[in-house]
Amino acid sequence: MSVPEAAVRWRLSARARATALGVVVLVAAVLIGLLVGPVRIGAANVFRWLFSFGNAPPGMSEQQALILADLRLPRVIVAGLVGASLAASGAAYQAVFRNPLADPYLLGAAAGAGLGATIAVAYGPSGALDLTVPAAAFVGALLGVGLAYGLGRSSLGGRATTSLVLAGVAVASFLTAVQTFLQQQRSETLRQVYTWILGRLGTTGWDDVRLALPSVALAIATLWAVRRLLDVIEVGDVEAQSLGLNVTRLRLVVVIAASLATAAAVAVAGLIGFVGLIVPHTVRLMVGGSYRSVLPLSVLFGASFLILVDTLARTVIAPAEIPIGVITAFIGAPFFVVVLRRNGGAGGLKKRVRSASGSPPDGREAA
Amino acid sequence: MKVEPRAGVATALEVRGLSVELGKRPILVDVALDVPEGGWVCVIGPNGAGKTTLVHAIAGLVPRAGSVVLFGRPIEELGRRERARTVALVPQLPAIPETFTVEQYVLLGRTPHLGLLASEGRDDLEAVASALERLDLGWAASRRLETLSGGELRRAVIARAIAQEASLLLLDEPTTGLDIAQQLRVLELVEELRTARALTVISTMHDLTLAGRFARRFALLSEGRVVAEGTRAEVLVPHVIAEHYGARVGVIDDGTLGWAVVPLSGPEAR
Repeated sequence: MSVPEAAVRWRLSARARATALGVVVLVAAVLIGLLVGPVRIGAANVFRWLFSFGNAPPGMSEQQALILADLRLPRVIVAGLVGASLAASGAAYQAVFRNPLADPYLLGAAAGAGLGATIAVAYGPSGALDLTVPAAAFVGALLGVGLAYGLGRSSLGGRATTSLVLAGVAVASFLTAVQTFLQQQRSETLRQVYTWILGRLGTTGWDDVRLALPSVALAIATLWAVRRLLDVIEVGDVEAQSLGLNVTRLRLVVVIAASLATAAAVAVAGLIGFVGLIVPHTVRLMVGGSYRSVLPLSVLFGASFLILVDTLARTVIAPAEIPIGVITAFIGAPFFVVVLRRNGGAGGLKKRVRSASGSPPDGREAA
Repeated sequence: MKVEPRAGVATALEVRGLSVELGKRPILVDVALDVPEGGWVCVIGPNGAGKTTLVHAIAGLVPRAGSVVLFGRPIEELGRRERARTVALVPQLPAIPETFTVEQYVLLGRTPHLGLLASEGRDDLEAVASALERLDLGWAASRRLETLSGGELRRAVIARAIAQEASLLLLDEPTTGLDIAQQLRVLELVEELRTARALTVISTMHDLTLAGRFARRFALLSEGRVVAEGTRAEVLVPHVIAEHYGARVGVIDDGTLGWAVVPLSGPEAR
C-alpha cells in the first residue's frame, strides 16, 4: 500500500514542477512584455521602475515612466487576463461538452459580442465613452450564450451536449444575420466594427483592466474550484451521476463561468481565435488529461502565450501593429502541429474517450 | 475495510412494482426483486430483456415508477452523494478517459466522499491504493489507461467502484469481451471482495455457466418482466432457458467437472 502512496506524492511534485514552470514562464512573459516596445527603456530601468512601485526612478525620464505605467503595464495585464480567460474557458468547455474541438465561442459568445458591438457603434451616442463598445460586446456575449443555453436545454432532454451545441450554432447564425443587416443599414460602422473584431489591444488602458478583471477573476476562481469535478464528467453523464455528481448543475455553472470570462475577453480584446484550443491541448499533451493539472496550467500558459504574442504583434512591423488574432493563428497553428507530431500523431487530439468493451485499444495497434 | 456490517438488516435491496419507460416504450414492467445482504444475485435474460435498465434503475439513474429500497431506505430519501456511497456501478461500456492514469481514474470513485470543493485527503489516497492492490493493479497506478489491456481496464473500472466503498456493487456484464482466464479472474476477485468486505453484488451476465458457478441466486428477465427467480436449480434449467432465450441447451452437473450449461445445437450436436 505504501508504494502507490509514494507514487502519488511523486506525481504531486511532478505537477508542482509543471506549475512552477508555468509561473516562471509567466513572470518572464510579463518582463518581456514590459521591456519590448518601440521606445527603448532598458532592462535596468524597467526593473528599477518596478521596484520603486511605479514612480520614475532617478535616471529615467517622466515620459518613459508614463509609457510603462499607462501603456505597457495595462496592456500586459489585459493580454494576460484575456489569454488566461480564453485558455481556461476552452479547457472547461472541452470538459463539459466532452468535445476536444469545443472553444470558448462555441455557444454564441462571439456572435453575441459582435452584435452588441455593432449596435453600440451604429446607434450608440456619438463621441461616447470608449467603454460603450466593450460594455455592449460584453452584454451581447452573455446574452448570446444565455439564449443558446435556454434553447438547447429545453429541447431534446437526453442528448444535452449535442442539443446545446446545435442551439449555439443556430443562435450564432441568427445573431450574425442581424449584425450583417445592421451593418448594411449603417455601412459607416463597418470599418470600426471590423477593427474591433480583429482585436483592439492597441488602445488598451487601465479602463480595460477595470472592465475585465472582476469577471475574469470570478470566472477563473470558479473554474479552478471545480477542476476536480471536470475530471468526473470525463466518464460521461450517466457514470458521473452514478458517482453522485449533479452533472446538469455543474455544466450550467461551468458554462456561466466560462462565458463570463469569454465575454470579458471579447469585450476588451475582440475575437482571438485558437488560444482556447491550442493552449489546453498543448497542456494535455504535456501532463495528460486530468483537469487538476490542465486547468491551472492552461491559465498560466494562456496568459503567458497571449502576452508574448501581443509583444510580437506590436513590434514586428512597429509602429504599426498586426492584429493579434492573426499572430495567434500564424504562430499557434504550426507550433501546435509540431507538438502534435512529437506526441504520436492524431492520438493526442482524437476523442479522448473510448469504450472498454474489451477490444484492444486502437492506439496500440496503429503504432 | 470500512464497511460496517449492518446488524438486523437482512435485505440489501428490495424492489417492488418497478416500471421504466424509455421514449414511451416499456422496458421494465412491474419488477420485484429481493437481494439479501452479502448475497450475489445474477440477473440473466436475453438481449434487450431490460437487464441494464434494471441495474440503472437500482442505481437511481433512470426515471421510474415503483419503489427501490436500499438497506431499508427508499432511494429517493438518499441524496445524490449518499446514494453513490451506497451503490457503486460498473457499467457495461464504461467511458475511458484514455490519458488519465489508472490512479487518477480510480480516484474518481472517491467523488461521493468529498465535499463539493474539497480535495482528496489521506483516506482517499489510501482507499485508492487499497482498491488498486485488491485488483492487482498497484503496479499500474501511474500508467495511462490507454496502455492497459482489456482485462486490466475492466479491473481498473472495478477498482474505481471498490474505491467508492459502497455496500452494494452493481456489475453490468463484467466479463464481456474478456478471455476465459480474465473472466474467471474478474469474477474470483468479485467473490473475494464480496466475502472480505461484506459486499452485496448484483450482476448481469450472458455466460450462464459462469453465472451459475458464482452467483447464489438468479432472476431471469424476459421482455421487461421477472419470469423466474430463485436458486440455480430453480432458474437455470433447460426448459426455462429454452422458453425465454429460444435456445436448446442442456445442463450438466458431474462430480469432477462441476456444473455447466451447454448448447445442444451446432454441427457437433446431432
